[in-house]
Amino acid sequence: MTPATNPLIGYLLVAALLFAIGLAGALTRRNAILVLIGIELMLNAANLNFIAFWRYGPHPELLTGMMFAIFSIAVAAAEAAVGLGLVIAIHRHTHTTDLDQMNRMKG
Amino acid sequence: MSIVFFAIAGLSVAGALAAVTLKSTVHCALALTVAFAGLALLFLELDAQFAGFAQILVYVGAVAILVVFAILLTRGSETPKDGVYSTKWLLGLVTASGIFAVLAWAVLHSTWALPGAGGAPKAAPQVTVMDIGNALMGRYVLPLEIVALLLTSALIGAVIVAMHEKEGAQ
Amino acid sequence: MLMQEPISFTPQLGPSAIAQLLWLIPAVPIVASGVIALLKQPKRKTASTLAIGSLTFSLLLSLMAFAHVLAGWAHGEAVREAVNFTWFQFGTTNVDLGWVLDPLSAVMLVMVSFVGLLIFIYSTGYMAHDENYTRFFCFLSLFAGAMLGVVIANSLLLLFMGWELVGLTSYLLIGFCYQKPGAAAAAKKAFLTTRVGDVFFLLGIVWLFAQTGTLLFYNGGAGSLESHALAGLLAQPAAWGLTAAGAIGLLIFAGAAGKSGQFPLHVWLPDAMEGPTPVSALIHAATMVAAGVYLIARVYPLMHAGALTGGTTTSLTMVTWVGAFTAVFAALIAVAQNDIKRILAYSTVSQLGYMMAGLGMGGVAVGMFHLITHAFFKALLFMGAGSVIHGCHEEQDIRRMGGLWRPMRLTFITYAIGMLALCGFPLLFSGFWSKDGILEAAQHFSVSKGPFYMLVFGALLTAFYMTRQVSYVFFGSYRGQGHAHESPKSMTVPLGILAFFAIALGAIGTPAWPWFRGFLESRAVNFDWNGFGEPGLMALMGTSMVVVFLGLGLGWWLYGDKSPAPEDADVLESAAPLPWMWLRDRLYVDEFYGATVIVFYEWWARVADWLDRRVWGGAVAGVAWAFGLWAQLNRFLDTNVVDGSFDKGCEELSTGGGLLSRMQSGRVQTYLRLLALAVIALAAILIWSSRA
Repeated sequence: MTPATNPLIGYLLVAALLFAIGLAGALTRRNAILVLIGIELMLNAANLNFIAFWRYGPHPELLTGMMFAIFSIAVAAAEAAVGLGLVIAIHRHTHTTDLDQMNRMKG
Repeated sequence: MSIVFFAIAGLSVAGALAAVTLKSTVHCALALTVAFAGLALLFLELDAQFAGFAQILVYVGAVAILVVFAILLTRGSETPKDGVYSTKWLLGLVTASGIFAVLAWAVLHSTWALPGAGGAPKAAPQVTVMDIGNALMGRYVLPLEIVALLLTSALIGAVIVAMHEKEGAQ
Repeated sequence: MLMQEPISFTPQLGPSAIAQLLWLIPAVPIVASGVIALLKQPKRKTASTLAIGSLTFSLLLSLMAFAHVLAGWAHGEAVREAVNFTWFQFGTTNVDLGWVLDPLSAVMLVMVSFVGLLIFIYSTGYMAHDENYTRFFCFLSLFAGAMLGVVIANSLLLLFMGWELVGLTSYLLIGFCYQKPGAAAAAKKAFLTTRVGDVFFLLGIVWLFAQTGTLLFYNGGAGSLESHALAGLLAQPAAWGLTAAGAIGLLIFAGAAGKSGQFPLHVWLPDAMEGPTPVSALIHAATMVAAGVYLIARVYPLMHAGALTGGTTTSLTMVTWVGAFTAVFAALIAVAQNDIKRILAYSTVSQLGYMMAGLGMGGVAVGMFHLITHAFFKALLFMGAGSVIHGCHEEQDIRRMGGLWRPMRLTFITYAIGMLALCGFPLLFSGFWSKDGILEAAQHFSVSKGPFYMLVFGALLTAFYMTRQVSYVFFGSYRGQGHAHESPKSMTVPLGILAFFAIALGAIGTPAWPWFRGFLESRAVNFDWNGFGEPGLMALMGTSMVVVFLGLGLGWWLYGDKSPAPEDADVLESAAPLPWMWLRDRLYVDEFYGATVIVFYEWWARVADWLDRRVWGGAVAGVAWAFGLWAQLNRFLDTNVVDGSFDKGCEELSTGGGLLSRMQSGRVQTYLRLLALAVIALAAILIWSSRA
């Protein structure tokens, strides 16, 4: 089985790429919301991984991958809501969303 | 590797790139929406129709809107004076590249010990919503309940966190 | 002789009632002393009544005991009843104590309690003005009890206990006026000098116990003075050709020499005159100093053991020579003394020498007879001297007295009787008979005639110095302060009683009727004028008469009726100043001791002090210093090493913590970056390990 002919590999590579891009965004942008965006991208990449494995893996009738992805979507939504709420709360206090300036937890 | 795949994949990747590199925050949010949409199409391509539609409903319909709202509420549309990128952006970039390198290497060099994974791709599984419903109420009933709880607590938590505080404690 | 053969001691059916109650005789005065000690000082009447009452009780019991022994003697039995009991036991050895009633102890009991009682009564008058009246009677009573204990003791251990107690009370009574430095020093001197003798005595006791296994004198055949034990002692050789018996005898004599003031341990007796006059009369004339003589008499079987018939032993020869030498030595010194009591003290030393010589040459009866008669007339003389001192307002120098025969008639008469008894005035006075007994024994002494000549010379000196003293005190004109007056009845009545006995006692010791000797040796005695027919006896009596008259005449010729002023030199002094000076300075015995023994003692005390302070004290200080050093070292270690390392460690920790905490930038993105890097690293490890 050559990698070039297996479609799973393609999907996995795309997922890896999306993940890396999301991570890059989370690590390099100043704005807190953009960090959250990066995190959303990473989650999505993981979802894609699940679905791809579900489709091309053994026992697709068990719906394991699909279920996982659905739950992941639900949890990601909740997490996004809470996270953005937090960012708004922080902004209300410090009047900024610049992560470089948020170092109150400095040791 | 069909053309459709490459097109949709390219769309998603472009959207993602745009989402993390654009200067204006609102543009980033919109690009994110495009990336989400692309991903949904990929799900449909993978015969995971329910997942794809769920993706559109939740991510595009709710999360992206939420992000836009947050940006607007935090005056993210104003361009910060110090620049959009963090001071240590190179380290982040290098790290992300490293991650991609490792993951890609793992993917490409893994052995495929999948039984029945012959030359031809398998037939697409016929998944109905009823099957998913049965699964949710049967095998995955506990995660379902927990996720329900999670969503409730997230809702309440978000409201509390973002609520205006009382006058005295300000 | 007029005496029959000695009767063997018939075994008794157990001791009689009086013998069993004998222990009350010393016990009651001691208990009385204890009670008086608890009384308060103002209770003078109670104290003296208690003391006199207890001694009266002892006297009555003693008379009863004497009567018992007398009755037995009259029936031809020899009484010797011993009551013994075991005091304690260690291992298989028993330590026994007990008391004995025999003629020797009966006679001594009566003498001690009688003379003691008279002196007690005398003291009520003499010490009437003293503020420590109660304490005086407490000590007197204790002394009486202890002395009586010495007398009845059947065990050498019990005797030694009484001996020590007597020495203690002597110390307490000599130093009665302890505020006077002279009295305190004299008391200390007395105690220490007799101590020297007591050390030898104790050695003798221990040796005897080791050899014979018992300290009892008479124990139904098993006692240390009985034939079995004596045979054992004679068989055991000691050093210098002596047997154990001889050596032990000499050791015991050393103790007696200390207590009885024989040369060279006589130095304490004259100084003991610092004590009140009743003390001098009781202790240093009649009783305590006689204890040494009594001890030799008691252990006479031991001293005499091994002697061939008619011969003598080494220990008894030693006793004789020491006694004879002391007699002459002390008499010479007495000639040149000017203190009334000191003359009498040296006279006592001299007479004790006579007693010892009598014991050594003539046996128990000879020595004891002189002891008994001497007790009476010496006590009389001391009490008379006390009366004189009292009458002359506490004056003691004879050169400041004189002409007292008129104002102090009673005192003069009794004193004269006592003086004549002491000199041995022929026939009428007891002293003559007792001293003659000694001279007779000296004449028959097999070893040498030396003691005889010395004792005769001593008799001459005795008569001489007593005449000198009486002339100075009672004749001539009064050279003192104020007026002399007679003493109260409480003082003169005892004088009278003693004077009577000073005469009467002579009757029991004459050769015609040697009652005393017979009584002591448990032989029957008959009155027979042929007693005087002994070969050489009349000649001896004549010699002693001549000697006495010579002494009296010489004394009277030099001193009688003259009244030299106190500042003038004595007649003899002007004649021979250098010998006079030697005699007056007591022949330098004290100075000799001071230069040798005392110096050595002080040197040794200094060495001991240096040892104690420097060596032992230094060792202790050294240990303490080492401890201090150790503590310092520990502190240094603790502060610098332990604490230091601990503090340093903590500092390092907190510095490290500070360093580490700088990694907490507080920025979320930094954390994320690190996380991602960690993931890469982990994944890389996993891959490479799976590849390998």
